[in-house]
Amino acid sequence: MRSPILQSATKYLLPILLLFSFFLLLRGHYYPGGGFVGGLVASIAFVLHSFANGTEATMKILRRKPLSLIPIGLGVSTVSMTAPMLFGLPPMTGLWFEEPIPVIGMIGSSLFFDLGVYLVVIGVILTILFTISLNNLTEKD
Amino acid sequence: MLLAVLSGLIISLLIIPFGKLLTTKWSFLLTLLPASLFLYFMSYVPAISAGSSFLQHIHWIPSLGVDFDFRLDGLSLLFALLITGIGTAIFFYARTYLKGYIFFDRFFGYLCLFMSAMLGVVLSDNILLLFVFWELTSISSFFLIGFNNDNADSRKSALTALSVTGLGGFFLLAGLILLGNIAGTYTISELIDARELILNNELYPLILGFLFMGAFTKSAQFPFHFWLPGAMKAPTPVSAYLHSATMVKAGIYLLARFSPILGGTDYWNYTLMAVGGFTMLFASIHSLFRIDLKGILAYSTISALGILTFLIGAGTREAIIAASVFILVHALYKATLFLVAGIIDHETGTRDITALGGLRKVLWPLSIAGILAALSSAGLPLTYGFIGKDLIYEATLHTEYQPLGWILTGIAVLTNIGLVAAGFMAGLKPFTGALPEKFANIHLPYKSMWIPPLVLGILGLVFGLLPGAVGQFINHATADAVLGSPSDMQLKIWHEFNLVFILSIATLLAGIIVYFVNKPSALKLQAIERLNAIAPQRIFTRYAHDIMRFSKWYTNLFHNGYLRSYHLKIILFAELLLAYKLWISGPITLDLEKITTPSFYEIGVIVILIGALYIVVTTPSRLTSVVAMSVIGYCICLIFVFYSAPDLAMTQFTIDTLSTVLFVLVLYKLPSFINHTGKAILYRDGIIALSFGVIISLIALRVWSEPISEEIANFYGENAYILAKGKNVVNVILVDFRGIDTMFETVVLSIAALGVYSLIRLRLKSTEKE
Repeated sequence: MRSPILQSATKYLLPILLLFSFFLLLRGHYYPGGGFVGGLVASIAFVLHSFANGTEATMKILRRKPLSLIPIGLGVSTVSMTAPMLFGLPPMTGLWFEEPIPVIGMIGSSLFFDLGVYLVVIGVILTILFTISLNNLTEKD
Repeated sequence: MLLAVLSGLIISLLIIPFGKLLTTKWSFLLTLLPASLFLYFMSYVPAISAGSSFLQHIHWIPSLGVDFDFRLDGLSLLFALLITGIGTAIFFYARTYLKGYIFFDRFFGYLCLFMSAMLGVVLSDNILLLFVFWELTSISSFFLIGFNNDNADSRKSALTALSVTGLGGFFLLAGLILLGNIAGTYTISELIDARELILNNELYPLILGFLFMGAFTKSAQFPFHFWLPGAMKAPTPVSAYLHSATMVKAGIYLLARFSPILGGTDYWNYTLMAVGGFTMLFASIHSLFRIDLKGILAYSTISALGILTFLIGAGTREAIIAASVFILVHALYKATLFLVAGIIDHETGTRDITALGGLRKVLWPLSIAGILAALSSAGLPLTYGFIGKDLIYEATLHTEYQPLGWILTGIAVLTNIGLVAAGFMAGLKPFTGALPEKFANIHLPYKSMWIPPLVLGILGLVFGLLPGAVGQFINHATADAVLGSPSDMQLKIWHEFNLVFILSIATLLAGIIVYFVNKPSALKLQAIERLNAIAPQRIFTRYAHDIMRFSKWYTNLFHNGYLRSYHLKIILFAELLLAYKLWISGPITLDLEKITTPSFYEIGVIVILIGALYIVVTTPSRLTSVVAMSVIGYCICLIFVFYSAPDLAMTQFTIDTLSTVLFVLVLYKLPSFINHTGKAILYRDGIIALSFGVIISLIALRVWSEPISEEIANFYGENAYILAKGKNVVNVILVDFRGIDTMFETVVLSIAALGVYSLIRLRLKSTEKE
């Protein structure tokens, strides 16, 4: 069930959706959005791509197993959680840069925490879905 | 001190990545750990014997009263020296004993862990910290005892040891918490000051009972002694370490440590004397009927532990000093005998003493070690054992419970006669007599195996010749720590010719006679085993058996592997819980005037929702019902939008999309049409689903009719920007105020993903095999 329409659409949809998911992640602190929703949108982007082009093609784009995103994400969250302890503050204290950064806006440790959540969510969902769908593929053969 | 305690833990962690290196000649590096710790603790000896003690205080979880408080006083020092000193010998010995063994690295990992845990137990000044290490000794000894894990007997013994000591651990924890609550502190040094408060509390007998349960199970007192002979399934270095100086002595340490806090009452003294007295006599007689070398040693160990419990129970100055001397004596000769037994087993392939004899001709350095240990255990003059035995009689004769003094002395004499004979059986019998022909070609093992027992055996003699020095440095400091005041008794080689001396000599002679008269055989062993039928071991095994049966039945009932059955049970349970809560919270009042008229859009969405629901329930196709389900999800999403919850709506929307995808992927595996098994099941599921819906609606109404507390909402609303610099309150709560929750949720998600990944991958592998 390869639809050429979907295939050409995903060529553009994938980067746009990924950009959108990142936009959701960044604005999360002020407007609706955040790491969790952002991660979900990003994984939908990849899932859509896999529907159009097959899971193996999507895995090629990802280059590595989605599973490897989980430890990276957990690591980022943990570091952002414990970083304040280096400054003698209790863990999870928000640390912020003084000046806003162009385009992105204010950057603080909670943004990195959200980034970790974002990565973990993508890793978890893609791991579950792709493992099942790859398993289906191998059994079909 | 923290580093000293943790070094073993760190090393055992390092063994995981670097373990393979150890199988080479680098394994000698491991022996440096106990040796350097031993030297470290030796450096404290002069200061401690001068009467000072050392404290180290590091905050860990102050809010729970758990801190890294370590204290080194005479009692801790004696134990720390034994743990590290005997440990050094064991590490040397085991390095050769297990040479070429496949799990060599793993063994030393457990051993380091265990040593570390023991040091933690004896150095902790915080009772909760002590408990943590206490449990760690149980767990690490479980791995050590069950080290030959391809042997069913070995696994069973390990499990028995763990369940008995673990059971005691539960009681101990309860006792310690009660103690801490009454005294208001968890620090041992402060508990001593709260002694009066604790003794006068009505819960005192209960605390004492719990504490005794912990100590008796660990130190194998009757009726919990049976795990110890079973633990002999462990490799010999482990038996030597666990039963001479460490594991089983932890219970004795606990009693000694708590005697200034809880001791000195009738409850304390009589219980300990009764239990200890019975255990020592019982086990000493038992040991005479064993024919297995390690079996003899196991029972004589139990007997020695009984003596120690008994002495701590007697509680007089003489008794405590006797105990501190006997701990050292026993550790030295018992470790020697175990190590000797290990070599004999290693070289001849048997531990049956009826088959062994004359080994002095082929294993002469070992025979010196064995005979020295046997003599020390027998209490021959000039050995350290003699002084230990003397002090025991001294203590029983001069007990405060005068009419009992003679009876107690009688029990002690009988026990010691048994121990003399048992010591000879284990240390002398294999080396004397004629050498059987089949053992004629035996060679001495590597030096690293026979030197440790020889050194330990000779130390027993050296300490016996210089009792004053050893006593001065270690035993007095130990007794001071237990009694709380300095003592002035001197240890001497030669007491005046008095009753105690006569008793000692009589014991020795009687023991020798018993040794020659008593001919243990397999037949006699069987006879005495029959007595065990009435022993509590039966009850315990029966009990364990029943628990296993119950857990099997329970597991089969609740974990039958059908997802639908899990769902059913989870929902039913939730329904019962929620319905009960609704029931007790009283009637719901509906204020109809507060209901606003629904808008045109809302009605439209609800109509779609009901339509989709109808399709879900009635369609015969799985795919259709999944699609209809996602329609329901999107409708709910719209409702979130109407009620201005954009964050929720977004999440609901994406989650719903993804779960539909997931469903479709899984559907592939299932038959395409739903086959209902029967009308009854259909009705059952319908009723459960309907009642769940009703309950949730009732809860919604209830929440709606309750006055809403706006305190929390206002707090977040006001502080989100001030404290966390965010304007989206939902997100701020997620990443800042309740960030730890989010952190753990992501961990849970990761675990779920790993679970799915490994389940499917593992299954793939097994099909590949086929």
